[in-house]
Amino acid sequence: MDLISETAAYLANPAHWQGANGIPARLLEHVELSAASLLIAIGLALPIGLWIGHTGRYTGVAVNVANLGRALPSFAVITIVLPVTAALDPIAGFYVYPTLVAMVILAVPPILVNAYAGIAAVDRDLVEVARGMGMRDRQILFGVEIPSAIGFIVTGMRSAAVQIIATATLGAIVGFGGLGRFLVDGIAQRDTGKIWTGVLMVALLAVTAELLFAGARRAITGSHVRHP
Amino acid sequence: MLSHLDDLASRALQHVGLTLVALLFGFAISFGLAVVAVRHRTTYGPIIGISDLLYVIPSLAFFAALIPITGISFLTVEIPLVLYTLLILVRNLADGFDAVPSEVLEAADGMGYSRRERLRRIEIPLAVPFAMAGLRLACISTIGLVTVSAVLGDRFGGFGFFILEGYSRSFPTEIYFGALPSILLALAADTLLIRIQRRLTPWSRRASAGGPEEPRWT
Repeated sequence: MDLISETAAYLANPAHWQGANGIPARLLEHVELSAASLLIAIGLALPIGLWIGHTGRYTGVAVNVANLGRALPSFAVITIVLPVTAALDPIAGFYVYPTLVAMVILAVPPILVNAYAGIAAVDRDLVEVARGMGMRDRQILFGVEIPSAIGFIVTGMRSAAVQIIATATLGAIVGFGGLGRFLVDGIAQRDTGKIWTGVLMVALLAVTAELLFAGARRAITGSHVRHP
Repeated sequence: MLSHLDDLASRALQHVGLTLVALLFGFAISFGLAVVAVRHRTTYGPIIGISDLLYVIPSLAFFAALIPITGISFLTVEIPLVLYTLLILVRNLADGFDAVPSEVLEAADGMGYSRRERLRRIEIPLAVPFAMAGLRLACISTIGLVTVSAVLGDRFGGFGFFILEGYSRSFPTEIYFGALPSILLALAADTLLIRIQRRLTPWSRRASAGGPEEPRWT
């Protein structure tokens, strides 16, 4: 099939592995942007999700924010943010920030919802026992609730990471680098090998992230917490 | 301005049309797969696993990957849209059927329901909250994905057409002209589906709290 041979030929060409447009450079850009947006989203969503789960307050707000976040199509967000950030910073505001902002918005709902739902699902008797033992709120959160909910919390991050990796390709439509470049340029140039190289790389990266998080979840829950 | 409104209307129609086709086919296929997955336990893992696998393929890549096979056509737009709905709908429908308590099923069997009757009168109605929660997510995500299909050329994309054209002309107003309606459409569709869900399941109060949609992330 020519699809396979063209992709193999693209991958076999050493020129495609060098320089700023090469596969390694684009892969690195993609990983950097994905990691940065995941970290920012965790920083924003995790404390709020934990707090809502712990106090049981504002759960309606959490659900609504998550739903609203999901209703915003990433491509639309990228293009809405673009004129604003481009006005603030003519270089990074054009190439990096729009995609970064959209990816943060994409990643907040799964992290927030899973943190809140994980904490809310912790057996209330367990929390009461901890309180009866004289543990303070902070000790209950960090000593009882988070360890019990950690599987849920990590799953939220995993799903956010995979969604970011797949969706960050949209940034290439508006000039961001990363693996999306192979897709956008491949479409424009009708270059099947280039398109499929991009597809393969993104899928590989997403699967790697998925496996890393699944491994992390197993390592954490396996050694510290025993679930019934 | 008037001619722009005309364009907006035709793009709105296209956006809604592409979304509806994807949801209809996606729902029909997911329904069949979910019934099979629940009836024949051994198929549950592979069916859910394969639909989860789609998750790692970016939409842009999916559209692009089909060009060498189906060209720039309606199918190139709809195949990814339909398959992405499976990712959400199959799991939600299967979970919905699964959530029907076994005592209820036994009671139905005891009352002499045939399998088909039991599916139609017991299992389907009880799975409605799950199905609707899935449909809401699928609808929102499809509306977003339709905008991306603009990369396939000006015959597609719905509101995404304005976004892309606005971008290539460096004309922010036109970008907003596409981006804002697509967000509003997603919100409006979601609101409509919540209304429908409340109508269909007056006994369920969870509907307003977002429904049982967390399974997606577990």
